[in-house]
Amino acid sequence: MASELYKKPIMFAVVATVVILIGTIVTMFYPMLTPEMHPRLENLKPYTALQLAGKDIYQREGCNNCHTQTVRPLKTEVMRYGEYSKAGEFAYDRPFLWGSKRTGPDLARIGGKYPDTWHYSHFEKPQAFFAESNMPSYGWIKARKLDPEDIAAHMKALDLPFTPADITALGDKTEMDALVAYIQVIGTAVKKTVSVVQAGPKETHIANPLAGDPKAIALGKELYKTNCASCHGEDGKGGLAPSVVDNEFLYVAGDMPDDDYYEIINNGTQPGMVEDGRTAKGGMPPYAGALDKDKIWSLVAYIRSLKGN
Amino acid sequence: MSDYQYDNQTVKGFIVSSIFWGVVGILVGLWISVQMWKPEWNIPPFFTFGRMRVVHTNGLAFGLGIGAIFGMCYYIVMRLTKRPLLFPKLARFHLYLFNVAITLAAISLFAGMNQSLEYAELEWPLDIGVVILWVIFAINVFGTIIKRKEEQMYISLWYIIATVIAVAVLYIVNNLSIPAGLFKSYHLYAGVNSANVEWWYGHNAVGFIFTTPILAMFYYFLPKSTGIPIYSHRLSIIAFWSLVFAYLWTGAHHLVYTPLPDWIQTLGIVFTIFLIAPSWGSVINGYYTVGSDWSKMESNYLTKFFLLGITFYGLQTVQGPTQALRVVSQLIHYTDWVPGHVHMGTMGWVTMTTAASIYYVIPKIYNTEIYSVKIANTHFWLVLIGQLMFSITMWITGIQQGALWKATNPDGTLKYTFMEGLVKNYPYWQLRTVAGLIFTVGMLFFIYNVFMTMRKGNLAASRA
Repeated sequence: MASELYKKPIMFAVVATVVILIGTIVTMFYPMLTPEMHPRLENLKPYTALQLAGKDIYQREGCNNCHTQTVRPLKTEVMRYGEYSKAGEFAYDRPFLWGSKRTGPDLARIGGKYPDTWHYSHFEKPQAFFAESNMPSYGWIKARKLDPEDIAAHMKALDLPFTPADITALGDKTEMDALVAYIQVIGTAVKKTVSVVQAGPKETHIANPLAGDPKAIALGKELYKTNCASCHGEDGKGGLAPSVVDNEFLYVAGDMPDDDYYEIINNGTQPGMVEDGRTAKGGMPPYAGALDKDKIWSLVAYIRSLKGN
Repeated sequence: MSDYQYDNQTVKGFIVSSIFWGVVGILVGLWISVQMWKPEWNIPPFFTFGRMRVVHTNGLAFGLGIGAIFGMCYYIVMRLTKRPLLFPKLARFHLYLFNVAITLAAISLFAGMNQSLEYAELEWPLDIGVVILWVIFAINVFGTIIKRKEEQMYISLWYIIATVIAVAVLYIVNNLSIPAGLFKSYHLYAGVNSANVEWWYGHNAVGFIFTTPILAMFYYFLPKSTGIPIYSHRLSIIAFWSLVFAYLWTGAHHLVYTPLPDWIQTLGIVFTIFLIAPSWGSVINGYYTVGSDWSKMESNYLTKFFLLGITFYGLQTVQGPTQALRVVSQLIHYTDWVPGHVHMGTMGWVTMTTAASIYYVIPKIYNTEIYSVKIANTHFWLVLIGQLMFSITMWITGIQQGALWKATNPDGTLKYTFMEGLVKNYPYWQLRTVAGLIFTVGMLFFIYNVFMTMRKGNLAASRA
C-alpha cells in the first residue's frame, strides 16, 4: 500500500506538502497569531523621516553584514554593550536588523553612546579612531543629498506619522545626516544602565592607588593614544571633545578628585548627569566594558601627569 | 519501442550558465575576503563589503547553485521518467529568463537594492521574477513526472518534488513585503516576527537548495557512475520523510539568545538535533553503496568526489546541530566559525557533488569521454585542500573571537576591547584568502576540463 505512494506523483506531492507544513505552522505561522510576537515597549517611538532615511541607507550599504543589533543576555555581552535586547524594541523594524555576524561590534546600544560629531568623523575615517580597524570609509555619503519625495513615500508605505514640514526639512540634509540620526536612535527605547557606578563611597573620596607610578603612567599613555586621543587630542588639549589638561571639567573651572575622573571614564557622561556638583552635556562613552580598574586608574595617572599636578 | 529524444541543449545551457555565475561569485568572494583584512579594497559606492557580500552569497546560491539544480533536475527527470520534458520550449525560455534574472539581480545588489533579509535580499520586482522562474520549473517537472513512462518514481524524484514545493512556499511567504517604490520595500513582518519568518526561510533555503536537490543528484549520479545500486531503498524512504518533516522546525536555531520567545528557540534546537538522523541516513546509504565494491574508489575517478561530498555532508550535519546547542551557540555565534561551517557545506558538499555530476553529464550529452581524468584529480585535491584550509582557519579564529569576547579579569571586568579581539583575526583572514585562491585554482582546472570535453565531443539530442 505504502509503496503505491511512489507510483502516484500527485498523491506524493500532497503528502509531502502536508509534511512540510506541520513544522511551518507550529513554529512560524501559529506564533504569528499570538501577541508575544508583536510586542512594543511603551516608550518606543516610531522612526522620524530623517531616521527612516538613515535606516534605509544602513540597509542599502549592508551594514548588517558586519554589525549585529542584538545583545544576548550573557554576562560579558551586557558588560560590553549594555542592557540585553528586549522583544518590544523592534516593533518598527521591517525587517529586523539583528544580523548574524560581528565583524564589527554590536550596535544594539550605540544610540547616544557617542556624540554626533564622533560619528561624522568616524564614518569619514574609522582608522583615525582605531588605527587597525577594517571598517570601510563612508565619507562619500556626505556629498549625497537626500531625496525628500522618496522618503515621504517610504514613510507612507510604513504608515509612520510625519508632517509636510518634516519632509521639507530633509531638503538640505545629506545621507550622512540621516545615517547618524538613525544610529543615534538605535536601542534608545531601553533605559541605559550603568555597569559599575562608583569608584568608592561618595563622602570619602578615594585617591588613585596608582598615582605617580611610572609604569602606570606609561600604560596610561598607551591607553590614551588608542582610546582617548581621537576625541580629546593627541596632547590632551581637546578636539571633538573638551581639553583634559586645562583644569576645567564639565564646564566648571577647578580640578576634580581622582575618583571623579575615574567615574567619568568608567560610566561616560549623559546630558544632565551631575558629577560632583558639575552638570554634564553628555557625549563621553562609558569605558567600563572596555577597560578594567587598573587601566582606568592608569589613565587617570597619565592625565594627571599631563597636567603636571 | 516508443520514439523519444532528450533535449540536451537546455541542460547544457544551465550547466554553462551556472559555471559562469559560479566564476563571478567566487571572484567576488575572493575580493571580499581581502576587504576583511585590507579596508582599502573597498571602493565605494559599488564595491564595498556590505554590498559585495550579498553579490557573493546570491551569485553562488542562486547563480551557481540554482542554475546547476535546474539543469541537473531536467537531466535527471527526463532519464527517470523515460521521456523528454513535457514542454521543451518552455524549458529553453526558462534558461534565458534565468540568466536575465541573475544578471538583473547582480546589478541590483551592486546598486544597494537590498531587503536586508539573508538569502532573500532581492527586491520585490525581482522576487516576482524568481517566482515566475520557479513556476515554469514546477510545471515542467510535475508535467513530465505525471506523463512519465516509468511507473515507479526513483528516490531522486522524491527529493526533486519536495524541493519544488518547499522552495515555493518558503520563498513566497518570506518575501511578502510592503512596496514603497519600484526598488524599495519593507518586510510585511516586524521585529521578532520578521526574525522568525526570515530564519524559518533562511535555514530551509539551506535545506531545500543546498540539501534536497543535491541529494537528488547524489542518489542518481552515484549509482550511475559506479554501476552499483543504492544500498538500501528502505533507508532512503525513512531518511527522506524524516528529513523533509524535521527541517521546517529548525530555523530558530539561528536566533538562540535573541529576544525570540524561548519555546520557539528550544523547539528549533530539539529538531535540529533530530535532523542528524535523516542526514546520516543518506550518508550511510552512500558509504554502504560504495562499500560493496571499494575498488571503485580507484577505478572510477568520480567515486571519490561523491564519497567526499557525502562525507562533508555528514560532518556538516553533525557540526550544525552542535552549533544549535545553547552552550555552543553562545561561544561561536556571530563569529567567523559560522562562515567556516557554511563553507564546508557549500565548498565541500554542494560544489563537490555538483562538479562530479557535471563531470558525469557533459561527456554523456557530448557522446565522448572526459577530457582528462588527471586534471579532474588535480581539481579534486585542490578544492579539497582549499576548502579544508578555509574552514579550519575560520573555526580557529571563530573560537578565538568568542573566547576573547568572553574573557574577564580577576576582578570581573572585560579583558579585551573589541579592537584587541579584532586584530587577532587578521592572520587567519589572510590565510582564508590563500585558501580561497587554492580553491579557485581548483575550480579553474574543473572549468578547463569541462570545456575541453565539450570541444572534443558532439552535442546532440540523445536517448541515453
